[in-house]
Amino acid sequence: MNEKEKTPLIQVENLKKYYPIKGGIITHTTGLIKAVDGVSFSIMEGETLGLVGESGCGKSTIGRQLVGLESPTEGRILYEGKDLSKMGKRELAGIRTKLQMVFQDPYSSLNPRKHIYEILAQPMLYHHISTAQTVEKDLLRILDMVGLPRNVLGRYPHEFSGGQRQRIGIAKALSLNPRFIVCDEPVSALDVSIQAQILNLLKSLQEELHLTLLFVGHGLGAVNYVSSRIAVMYLGRIVEMGEAKEIFRNPHHPYTQALLNAVPVPDPEEKGRKRELLQGEIGNSVNPPSGCHFHPRCPYAAPICSQKEPGLQEICAGSSHFSACPIVQAKKEESSRG
Amino acid sequence: MGKYIIKRILIAIPVLIGITIIDYAIMCLAGSPLEMLQGPRVSQSALEAKKIALGLDKPFYVQYFVWLGQLLHGNMGYSIKSYQAVSDMIGSHLGPTLLLMGVSLIVSLLIAIPAGIYSAIHQYSKGDYAVVTFSFLGSSIPGFFLSLLLIFLFTVKLKWLPSSGMTTLGTEGGAGDVALHMIMPVIVLATSMAGSNIRYIRSAMLEILQQDYLRTAKAKGIGRFLVINKHALRNALVPIVTVIGMEVPTLFGGAVIIEQVFSWPGLGLMTMSAIMNRDYPVIMGVCLLSAVVVLLANLITDILYALVDPTIQLD
Amino acid sequence: MGKNKKGIKDITSESYLQTIGRRFRKHHLAAVSFVVLIILGGAALLAPVIAPYDPDAIVGPFSGAPSREFWLGTDQIGRDVLSRLLYAMRISLLVGIMATLISTVIGVILGLVAGYFGGVIDMVLMRFTDMVMSFPYILLVLVAAAIFKPGLWNIIWILGFVDWPGIARLVRGNVLNLRETNFVKGNLIAGMPLRHILFSEILPNTVAPILVYATSVLALSMLDEAALSFLGMGVQPPTASLGNMLNGAQSLTVLTKQPWLWVPAGLLIVVLVMAINFIGDALRDALDPNSGRNS
Repeated sequence: MNEKEKTPLIQVENLKKYYPIKGGIITHTTGLIKAVDGVSFSIMEGETLGLVGESGCGKSTIGRQLVGLESPTEGRILYEGKDLSKMGKRELAGIRTKLQMVFQDPYSSLNPRKHIYEILAQPMLYHHISTAQTVEKDLLRILDMVGLPRNVLGRYPHEFSGGQRQRIGIAKALSLNPRFIVCDEPVSALDVSIQAQILNLLKSLQEELHLTLLFVGHGLGAVNYVSSRIAVMYLGRIVEMGEAKEIFRNPHHPYTQALLNAVPVPDPEEKGRKRELLQGEIGNSVNPPSGCHFHPRCPYAAPICSQKEPGLQEICAGSSHFSACPIVQAKKEESSRG
Repeated sequence: MGKYIIKRILIAIPVLIGITIIDYAIMCLAGSPLEMLQGPRVSQSALEAKKIALGLDKPFYVQYFVWLGQLLHGNMGYSIKSYQAVSDMIGSHLGPTLLLMGVSLIVSLLIAIPAGIYSAIHQYSKGDYAVVTFSFLGSSIPGFFLSLLLIFLFTVKLKWLPSSGMTTLGTEGGAGDVALHMIMPVIVLATSMAGSNIRYIRSAMLEILQQDYLRTAKAKGIGRFLVINKHALRNALVPIVTVIGMEVPTLFGGAVIIEQVFSWPGLGLMTMSAIMNRDYPVIMGVCLLSAVVVLLANLITDILYALVDPTIQLD
Repeated sequence: MGKNKKGIKDITSESYLQTIGRRFRKHHLAAVSFVVLIILGGAALLAPVIAPYDPDAIVGPFSGAPSREFWLGTDQIGRDVLSRLLYAMRISLLVGIMATLISTVIGVILGLVAGYFGGVIDMVLMRFTDMVMSFPYILLVLVAAAIFKPGLWNIIWILGFVDWPGIARLVRGNVLNLRETNFVKGNLIAGMPLRHILFSEILPNTVAPILVYATSVLALSMLDEAALSFLGMGVQPPTASLGNMLNGAQSLTVLTKQPWLWVPAGLLIVVLVMAINFIGDALRDALDPNSGRNS
């Protein structure tokens, strides 16, 4: 089969998720939080797509839709080319175990009343991934993979540190032999020294097990480390997407540029570097700015930006680097011509 | 906040309606009013006539609305025993009960609030243990047992206090006489209420005293006394308000037994004899009244909350 | 929990139960109460074995004072007070425990359903709970007793059906919180069935407050049974209950001249209820590390 024509493992088409706001004296829907406002992307098997953006941009929401915690308001999610919303209950149940999640907060992701053996083994036994005879062996194999000793099985979550709990959380996600894992800011709640360990673990697991990952984060450094491709989100929409290296080398969208600018550079020569600080506050997802959501804070804003919603365009043909800023695109085309 | 209050009131309305329905349903369970009129002397034709007059030949949901309509006109039916209007009976017995309840509530708060606060501030001291033990004792003694003990001590042995009724028989009464009669029932009621109130206020106070913002205030150098009084107390208002709100239903209940033991001529006594006599109109009238009062008390408590704590949200 | 998982358990780890046990023992009053309850409970259980006489048999003089033959004297019609007391404790404890069980089961189920499913179901159930809670407890019980005729099992069912709102509210609140935790969500993502989520993930995490609340329900149920029986609306003679043994004290003679007829029963109620309350209090501190007492 031609490499190029392989079906992506995950495809998201025009995903929208709106949450109703209830208010008023007689409770009714007074508004909508447009957490995700038309997002499309695909992830090939074995890839890691990094999803970056400020808090409130909708990245965690996308993760929740993909693992089935919530259903999209509009749009489609395709797994191996099949539409999840059109599947029957049986088929869906079979696919559920293939789509797993690692949570941000290691302290609430494990049931405090159960010991690790129960936490890990119960789903495995329920789904007949292991039998009572094989489960211990399987567990030890998984613990080995995440770098935990066998004696954690008899202990309780409160006995472990954040980093160890996160390893257990990863083990839990792996225990069902998933093909796709959403990592929802898995290192944001950990000490900096531990973060590197967990990121390395995720990277090596991905290679070893040929996993597909969606890595959600707001720290560009961490996301870049594990991702092959990155998508930058702002207020419910993707504003730039492309290969990780390319985005770092050649940020296109003004928001991406600002994000990169904000990353501290440990180089004394860079002291005088001009930093473009973003003006204004992040918009509100109930009443987002018209047209391009970023225009109130954008240094390049033009009148058209508040009128027309820009879609993702490929910057140059075949680069697979997409951006949603026609202004920068126009400038680039101008300068390359002149 | 205003929205919260209005919403809260709106929610109370269906509950109110629900209460009337439950009340009516129980009454139907108890049997139709007609049954209760049965006596050996009542002839069949008289029964039939009564039946039509009472509207009992109509289906029961129509009866409900007839009943409700009557209710809104202030007609709560007539006592089976005494043929008095229930509303009148309630009216005449309400005063003594309110008096007893009110005084007991105030006394219990007078005991509980200082005791609870003292106990919280001086946690682990001998005083604290004494207060806690007393509060446990208070909430563990059955009201009627304490009453018996008190009567034994003060009426029989010491002959200091009267043990029944509101006024001494044969005399005019007067405030002093009533007060004397009130002492023992109030002690009993207040003790059991204080028992649970102290525990509640104490633990609420303990929580407040440990809050970080209070430590900041202390660190800022504000004197201990001020810290406790100004900062802690204002937040302690919330649990105190809760406690008062919680006590209202208890008061109704406790009063029934106490009034029985002390022959205090209030609603409790009236209800008790109505229950003994299966006088359902009276029983249901009192039930309805007390449920409504409880509902109102809860509503007012919640509204007071909203005033005291601006961050409150509805569910 | 606590099961032997093929020798994997680490010696230094402490199970949840062990932590509670350790903290509980630090509460001296509660520890004493526990012992007292065991003794009294045991006595009640063994009543048929240790009671000197048949509680219903007429074996002595009318209202005889305590003597060597009858340690606590005899009642108005000549039955041994001590024997009656033992059997009465049995009955009162039975009523209290059964009523608590019934109301806990009802409350937990309704609370779980309302909290987990939310929406209309939750609203309806909560309004209904509000309605039942509005009626003063004692009145409901008295009226129900009047309608359904007093009697041992009637009392148990009535008390059980009147007490569930508090537990339902409590459970619902906890379930609402737990529903949003990551470990519940993780199990949902793992495709675990509803019964697992409700009973294996959520319920064990609300057991602690339920237990504490249940002790206060137990204490209240026993007090209410006593009051009802005292008024004649509860357990009916000749069956003895701690409450109806106090009934006789309404007469002045009994009250003043024959204290052995009523004081022991009353004291027993106080001791039992106090012990239960102390244990409940200690349980609350032991189960909640942030309660303000050092653990």
